[in-house]
Amino acid sequence: MSASTGGVPAVVVDGVSKTFSIPREQIHTLKERALHPLRRTGHERFEALKGVSFAVPPGEFFGIVGRNGSGKSTLLKCMAGIYAVDSGAIYVNGRVSTFIELGVGFNPDLAARDNVALNGIMLGLSPRDARERFERVIEFAELEEFVDLKLKNYSSGMHVRLAFSVMIQVDADILLIDEVLAVGDASFQQKCFDVFHRMKDEGKTILFVTHDMGAVRRFCARAMLIERGELQMIGKPREIADNYMELNFGREASAQEEGHQRYGDRSADIADAWFEDEHGERQTALPQGRPCTFRARVVFNRPSEHPAFAVLFESESGQPLFATSTDWASERTGRYEPGDEAVFSVAFENPFAPGRLFASPWVTRRASQDLLDRRPRMTSIVVTGTHTSGGVVDLPHDVSLERAGETLTARGSSA
Amino acid sequence: MSAQPVELGAFGRPIRGPSALGGDFRRFLHLTWTLAVTDFKLRFFGSVLGYLWQLLRPLMLFGVLLLVFTQFVPLGKNIHQYPVVLLQDIVIFTFFADATIGSVGSLVDRENLVRKIHFPRMVIPLSVVLTAYFNFLLNLVVVMIFALARGITPRITWLELPLLLLFMGVLVTGVAMLLSSLYVRFRDVRPIWEVVAQALFYGSPVIYVIDHLQHRSFRRPIMMNPIADVLTQARRAVVDPHAPSAAYVIGGAAWLAIPVGFVVLLFAVGFWLFNREAPRIAEQL
Repeated sequence: MSASTGGVPAVVVDGVSKTFSIPREQIHTLKERALHPLRRTGHERFEALKGVSFAVPPGEFFGIVGRNGSGKSTLLKCMAGIYAVDSGAIYVNGRVSTFIELGVGFNPDLAARDNVALNGIMLGLSPRDARERFERVIEFAELEEFVDLKLKNYSSGMHVRLAFSVMIQVDADILLIDEVLAVGDASFQQKCFDVFHRMKDEGKTILFVTHDMGAVRRFCARAMLIERGELQMIGKPREIADNYMELNFGREASAQEEGHQRYGDRSADIADAWFEDEHGERQTALPQGRPCTFRARVVFNRPSEHPAFAVLFESESGQPLFATSTDWASERTGRYEPGDEAVFSVAFENPFAPGRLFASPWVTRRASQDLLDRRPRMTSIVVTGTHTSGGVVDLPHDVSLERAGETLTARGSSA
Repeated sequence: MSAQPVELGAFGRPIRGPSALGGDFRRFLHLTWTLAVTDFKLRFFGSVLGYLWQLLRPLMLFGVLLLVFTQFVPLGKNIHQYPVVLLQDIVIFTFFADATIGSVGSLVDRENLVRKIHFPRMVIPLSVVLTAYFNFLLNLVVVMIFALARGITPRITWLELPLLLLFMGVLVTGVAMLLSSLYVRFRDVRPIWEVVAQALFYGSPVIYVIDHLQHRSFRRPIMMNPIADVLTQARRAVVDPHAPSAAYVIGGAAWLAIPVGFVVLLFAVGFWLFNREAPRIAEQL
């Protein structure tokens, strides 16, 4: 990014900080104020934004990504002029329209016609424009039959369709959009996506706050990651999405309580189990498609001859995904005396779908298959990634289609 | 990644935070008008009886007071066209009470707008005042019909009425700005104001007329209340040309500078406070 490409940027955010002061002891009444005129109430200061700077060139689809409370919505509200910034400045080139919520100003007791006018005017249309565009709004929303129905009798899906249809009728060069895509049924969502594509083609600048990494990857040319009010990075949607997932699940994963149940005669103890990334570092979150290793450290209490080491990977819902054992590589694992230790490792390229992955390691006597120790769900990691196919694994694959002599080949999307 | 230090301002229009009036004046008007009309429509068409309900409240009050003060306590006996005076007074005072009490919680009630779109914050209390104004005008039509039915003939002095309405508008807007911005921080403004409004009802010559007060020394203090001046002047202008003018009762036109000055001051203070609070209202809700 640079301010020089393509002339003046559409949006410049220059060192913006925003602090909310939340009174520790709320004085809500004049009476209290009058009774205790000198009492000073303490304030908690919450720094929602700390010197955030970036610029967005005209015509870019720019994603703003962050966890709850990271400051992304505050940033959007500052850009929209809803909050006053404490320091720094924001500049825009062109007309700005903000969509923090669909259907702002909708009134349930009014019919669609009035609500479209109302909402359109709220979003910056003149009353005449709002009236003139009514037909188009209704047509896009496919609500021709319900024009005179009061909004309170609309289903939530119809409500959303109407609101979205008004939104796209608003002329603006710069659109600030806050998570409005997460609603509506599949076919309507597709329609929304088409509209976004069209807006992109029309050269509109779109700043888009979201949790939906799929949408970020699909639409955004660039994205930024914000965490605790600070800009973490600006980059390609894919990098941002990966970082976001790690941020999101990394901390949570270690906090997760691991399984306590144990089975077996404890001739051996599985003392520790963990996942490592490709550099041999212990991790609580691992990106999909990257090499990684599961390891379990076993300490023997009684002499054991050629024990078998195994592990089962399970999904969060308890569905077995994959299991492996030393039996399948070599039956002869050696003889162990009390106090001896061994580390059992399984290295693989992480094919699992994003989500939590549990590992249940166990050790058995070779001949009898008696359990020495088994620790269900002893450890877990969060698989991060942006591709969710709905399946439990994502395998490397090719997709092809043959049609009347020509062959269309596309690489599968495994990471 | 940060923007290179360049001269700011080369970047186009700076985004300023929310303000009381700021920005596009036409949008300001459109929004105020639309909100007021929508609110009015909702009340008008919201129930089967619609406007009747709006009218019923002042009419009920009128009926009760008329009964009490002509039959039980013969307060209105010597007042020329007392029923018309009473109805007109009630309608004017109802406007004041509706607009101001309605404005108190307006910013808080419209939270979803304030927190979600950028617009001049003044739109909200102004639209409440405007809705009350629409209602007021309709009620005045009823007063006029009643006056004509009672045999009062229209006179040129009826043209004073728009001026008085404007004056009331300034007063009410000042109070609305003050109360709505205070209420964001202090929630007991509502009960306090309801009591004050009640006191003002009796402190203004609504059910009585100022020149019938037994203690003449009370006249001037009461006339310091701008509503009293409006009611007194409206009575002379519309109903009874022989009734004293506000200037006469207060003891000379020069004295009127005090209530008028008070209204101007109230408006100025209300505007100043609202303007000061406007940028932070969205955060404080």
